[in-house]
Amino acid sequence: MASKLVKNAVGRLVPTEINGKKETPFRGIGKYIPKGREAAPPIVSSSKFPSDGNKIVGSLKEALIKAGISDGMTISTHHHLRDGDLVSNELFRVIHDEIGVKDLVWFPSASFPCHKPIIKYLEDGTINRIEGSMNGPLGKFASEGKMKGTAVLRSHGGRYQAVQDGEVHIDIAVIAAPTADPFGNANGLYGPSACGGLGYALADYRYADKVIIVTDNLVDFPAIPMQIEGNYVDYVVVVDKIGIPEKIVSGTTRITKSPDRLFIADLTAKFCDEAGLIKDGFSFQMGAGGTSLAFGNNLHKIMKERGIKARFAIGGVTKYLVQMLEEGTLDYILDGQSFDLDAVRSMRENKNHKDISVFHCYDYHTKGNYTTMMDIMILGATEVDVNFNGNVVTHSDGYLQHGIGGWQNCLYAKNVILPIPLFRGRIPVIKDEVTTLCGPGELIDVIVTERGIAINPRRTDLIDRMKNSTLPIKTIEELKDEAEKICGKPKKPEFTDDIVAAIKWVDGTIIDVVRKIKE
Amino acid sequence: MSKVGTAGNKGKSVRSDCFVTLEVTKSNGISIDINSKVGKLFGDSIHKLCEEELSYFGIENAKLTVEDAGALPFVLMARIEAAIKKVIDTDKQYIPDMLPENVYQTERDRFRRSRLYLPGNTPKLMLNAGIHKSDGIILDLEDSVAPDKKEEAKILVRNALCRVNFYGAERMVRINQIPSGLNDLEYVVPYNVNLILIPKCENADQVQLVDEKITEIKEKKGIGYPIYTMPIIESAMGVINAYEIATASKNVVAMAIGLEDYTADIGTPRSKEGKESFFARSQLVNAARAAGIQPIDSVFSDVSDMDALREVVLESKSLGFAGMGCIHPRQIKVIHESFTPTEAEIEKAKKIVKAFIEANEKGLGVVSVGSKMIDPPVVKRARRIIDLAVSTGKLSENWRDEDGE
Repeated sequence: MASKLVKNAVGRLVPTEINGKKETPFRGIGKYIPKGREAAPPIVSSSKFPSDGNKIVGSLKEALIKAGISDGMTISTHHHLRDGDLVSNELFRVIHDEIGVKDLVWFPSASFPCHKPIIKYLEDGTINRIEGSMNGPLGKFASEGKMKGTAVLRSHGGRYQAVQDGEVHIDIAVIAAPTADPFGNANGLYGPSACGGLGYALADYRYADKVIIVTDNLVDFPAIPMQIEGNYVDYVVVVDKIGIPEKIVSGTTRITKSPDRLFIADLTAKFCDEAGLIKDGFSFQMGAGGTSLAFGNNLHKIMKERGIKARFAIGGVTKYLVQMLEEGTLDYILDGQSFDLDAVRSMRENKNHKDISVFHCYDYHTKGNYTTMMDIMILGATEVDVNFNGNVVTHSDGYLQHGIGGWQNCLYAKNVILPIPLFRGRIPVIKDEVTTLCGPGELIDVIVTERGIAINPRRTDLIDRMKNSTLPIKTIEELKDEAEKICGKPKKPEFTDDIVAAIKWVDGTIIDVVRKIKE
Repeated sequence: MSKVGTAGNKGKSVRSDCFVTLEVTKSNGISIDINSKVGKLFGDSIHKLCEEELSYFGIENAKLTVEDAGALPFVLMARIEAAIKKVIDTDKQYIPDMLPENVYQTERDRFRRSRLYLPGNTPKLMLNAGIHKSDGIILDLEDSVAPDKKEEAKILVRNALCRVNFYGAERMVRINQIPSGLNDLEYVVPYNVNLILIPKCENADQVQLVDEKITEIKEKKGIGYPIYTMPIIESAMGVINAYEIATASKNVVAMAIGLEDYTADIGTPRSKEGKESFFARSQLVNAARAAGIQPIDSVFSDVSDMDALREVVLESKSLGFAGMGCIHPRQIKVIHESFTPTEAEIEKAKKIVKAFIEANEKGLGVVSVGSKMIDPPVVKRARRIIDLAVSTGKLSENWRDEDGE
């Protein structure tokens, strides 16, 4: 990377150019306000589309060729099917084996370990780079500097923003749909690969040049509900199978059995309670990880005991949230992603369980943002530092391992609480400085570990409210020292100067980069 | 021919542990091969630790392989020492520094509602055990350790006593059955252990043997802190001798029952209702109370069934037990809740204790609540309830003032 490096507002050295495009270094929260008009979809005419409404083509190959696939294009896919997705792998197999274009940019809303087969297309030049969250094997591949282009990681909201800003132009969007009709109306509620909502694809079908729906459950027009309206769709492809159901409904939706995590979840709920955050009409959001679910369980218990009702919750929806809705402790679920079959069922049957596009609801370029309205936001992190900065993409050994998801967007909530263990294995989670800075400390309010709770000194109100608490309130430095006393102080990982990935902030500026691991 | 020694654990589910292979050679110096999950972050410090420990034991030529799954230094040290002791004969011990916060003493009558068993050769379960706040934590050298792992477990338990903070829990070790368990004591007595559990105890002699050995080690090392014992009765003979065991030494502060072995001994399976062990449990409670020590119940082995556990604990409490064993941290809360007095019990106890204090202040020999006379043992039980309520936060320490008096 020959580009000039500059120090951004959080003190990280970042380039001013990535993949040949000019970039803006992070300037601080809310400081970067782009203006004007950028992306727009092409003008189309309905007279050019079949009057019988049948947009079915014979194969994915045919659809891609009709869509004009060529070298260097940006192809997007979506992760509604999570680790059970079969479409992305098939897509690149067809592109490689049957079409033979190269230098593509893959723009997934997220990738999963099931996408490991795509590595060979990154190796042989079919794909130049991934712009999107990378999990597991793909992250490792990128960290070792094996990807030709530089990866760009964005938050869910940031992905929408990048499309609107023209940072990413989607040439072809390939959307896996559990149910669709020949016109292209689609939803995720029915069919063998039912997954709930399809909100992740919103920017893609609105802004892409061409939109292909791939389904394994074709129904006669109209497919109701129309989570995706066929008016945005160019082609419909019918295949045998788009996903592996048991992997779509992922294994993360069980409450943890680990006594230590249960302990942290319990402590987190107690903190919220003592800090007065659990009150009538409040809103909350938590992930679908085991600790979050355990927290939800405790929260539910407290609410039932006191007769408190929450107004809305955003998810990551699992049966536990559905239970709250059905037992009347929660008025509405706004569902960005349904994690289990109970969530899918509830969305189908309960009008108070509404599918949303979190990508849009979290977007920087919308007229207001859901995340700033949330009272309690439960998030995770791979690392936090003494300035409360957080990392979610790399591990302490420097390897890229996770995507950003909605994490950065969610930091804007009123009370951002991170329940995390003080150390994992032998690795302390609280550091002097995070390996990769994904979220500035000014947005992270509370760290809850099994050995103590640290409140961000900026939150004098919370500190005040917890003054007489019997909970183990400590400073973040004390927690860091405690972790190092147990684990020892780890050495920092060594990197080369090569930048393998850029981490975007929600406004499209570069907040940090990931460098290649030194062998 | 060179000798090879191994110690520790490896495999997919192993965490916070390591597997060490040591081959002592005739020449060629030291070669250390570390394959660690956290190698990028701790590889250098692990290497240094290996070098220092080999040199401490005077080993100059060896090939040492460490397969590490994130073991903390005290674990690495224990595993290397154990491997060394398989290939060379030495009395030396490589002991980590004692954490100052691990130096605390116990009391004879402290609450022993819950005691959490930790397998003595599984480091990952030790690290966070203290956060769950059981009254006691047992590092177990007996049934949870495979026979061929007994030696390395002793070393690991010794190091854990030095380096793992149990945050105020009573520090207990279950030694092996007497007589072989006597050898375990050398590894635990000098390291601020609070209480020794004596498994499969059948008679007073066994308790006295342990007591003598503890005293001998304490004298040798100049140790002044108390070390109490808790015999575990696990056989028909043990039940018959319960009172003799309970009074075998002034250091016996509690006596537990182990029902798995007991039911096997009397030739019947352990049932959910526990009718077959009713006699034994009552006999144990009676003997312990007669000796003025705490009767402690067995463990409940279905860790996922909290409702059944709650029933068992309530029954246990009603039989007169003062505590119970736990094999999973999840059980602690249920056990504490159940052994904690109810609101009604606390209210009643408050009245009695108040009446007692008032009677004392007025110099009256007779305590009465309303028109009822209260006997001294009732007062004693009421005080125990108040103490328990205060210690579990159900009652303020200044409850008398707060009640508006």
